[in-house]
Amino acid sequence: MHLHFWGHTMRISRQQKEIAIHGSFFAIASTSILVLTLIMVFLIVEGLPIFNQVSFPDFVFGQYWYPTDDPADFGILPMISGSLAVTAVSSCIAIPLGLMTAIYLAEIASPRMRSFVKPLVEMLQALPSVVIGFFGMVVVAPLLQDWFGIATGLNLFNASVMLAFMAVPTITSIAEDAIFSVPEELRAASLALGATKWQTIANVVIPASLPGISTAVILGMARSIGETMVVLMVAGGAAMAPGSLFDPVRPMPASIAAEMAEAPYQSDHYYALFATGMVLFLFTLMFNVLAAYIAEKKKQTGTASL
Amino acid sequence: MRPWSYILSALLVVSLAAPAMAANSVTVKGSTTVLPIMQRAVEAFIAETGTTVSVSGGGSSNGIKALLDKSTDVAMASRTMKGKEIKLAESKSIKPVEYIIALDAVIPIVNPANKITNLTSDQLKAIYEGKVTNWKEVGGDDGKIIVISRDTSSGTYETWHKIIMKKARVFPGALLQASSGAVLQAVAKNKNAIAYDGIGYINNTVKPLSVDGVTGSATTAKDKTYPVARTLQIYTTASPSPAAKQLVDFILSPKGQDIVEQAGFIRR
Repeated sequence: MHLHFWGHTMRISRQQKEIAIHGSFFAIASTSILVLTLIMVFLIVEGLPIFNQVSFPDFVFGQYWYPTDDPADFGILPMISGSLAVTAVSSCIAIPLGLMTAIYLAEIASPRMRSFVKPLVEMLQALPSVVIGFFGMVVVAPLLQDWFGIATGLNLFNASVMLAFMAVPTITSIAEDAIFSVPEELRAASLALGATKWQTIANVVIPASLPGISTAVILGMARSIGETMVVLMVAGGAAMAPGSLFDPVRPMPASIAAEMAEAPYQSDHYYALFATGMVLFLFTLMFNVLAAYIAEKKKQTGTASL
Repeated sequence: MRPWSYILSALLVVSLAAPAMAANSVTVKGSTTVLPIMQRAVEAFIAETGTTVSVSGGGSSNGIKALLDKSTDVAMASRTMKGKEIKLAESKSIKPVEYIIALDAVIPIVNPANKITNLTSDQLKAIYEGKVTNWKEVGGDDGKIIVISRDTSSGTYETWHKIIMKKARVFPGALLQASSGAVLQAVAKNKNAIAYDGIGYINNTVKPLSVDGVTGSATTAKDKTYPVARTLQIYTTASPSPAAKQLVDFILSPKGQDIVEQAGFIRR
């Protein structure tokens, strides 16, 4: 290879240039995949040793989490139920809000309104989670205590509302894209047949964009289950399965974040936190695979998909 | 090109991941309670002397064990050496030298609106075990007690767990806050809350309680009348390396003791 100055010699053919570009992009892509794989291997290597101490069912279905006691208890069921509870409650809030906002933006709002509101909703997505967590802790928690007369405002409900704040932009933005990309002929045909605007939205536009909407919902939920800072600050952190909407909970990410910094390196506690991370990873992986599956299986192919 | 890019990217990752090898350094190991002091002190020490120091946790027992195995130069401990450990040291003909570097006092705190000013150790234990659940059971106004605890790996939790709980378990319904600052915030915002925090962190947004009638302060911690207090110490062998000796002297110096205070503890 003669790598003289650019254009000085014509030894580098267009084909060689192609290959070089191809190769460098491949290298960059494989580096990031390699790093991700290494992180996963690391997670598993650091998590598995705990199962020499407790069996997998005892770990996942254990009621008590006392990692530093002697003898220690490593049961993460309270954390799993905490994670599922905040995800379920926040979805109940975020899905209707997110979808209705998306339908409004794509179908009802005037173009001017849309160009104003959509960036605003997407800006919400840029709010750092620590800011939302701080807001929940300092503003919302005392309000909840005053309004409902509950014992503590740091609870399942508060955390779910804060998580919903974060999931709504994700859901709105992806669902709006899906609804907006429904071909205009469909709407025109429906209206020409005498359907009202609402009938068109409910019976034509939404069914046509259902795969996109499902993806939006699942990614929104995945965001809630993996979110750390907000639940660490606002969920209260009691390692107990919640009995009511206003009970404090400790989702898995909060447990890991709170304890990892000071867990002795390669102690049972350390391994147990990594194993918690593995369980959390399985949950988020499930959500993402589901989203990919729906998006792939029911790919929106223009008018043909109806 | 393809196989090359594989190898190159693999090499890149490996070279990034390989731990830096340090020669001629001081190693420090032990109590996670002492760790925050040590980390701050070591940062300043490195800036001043350029000596490489590696600090790790693992708990007091592991630190002392490592000192006796000669796998660490300095051991950190939140308790003094046990008889068994002293015997083990004698059998290895090692003479550990103890330096008290700081005092740690943990103070129970409540919301300023709470009229309680004192609780006994037994009452505190019962509250944290979930046996006493209403403030009126300990002489306060009617209201469910919101128990706030620290994450189990923190040194503050360890002190509380050992002295107040006598190693009994904090009940699972206790709220968890992951830092001293978050504990203060949570107590300041909830009139029914109780928590505990290191003496250096307490400010006027919360109300400190006396324990068994004794107010926690630097003085009562030093004369041992305040029950929830203990000394923090480091150990070296009788003939430490010059660099290790230098580090110990640094922590005992006025500059080192300022760092002790910044980390939320009491000067020795």
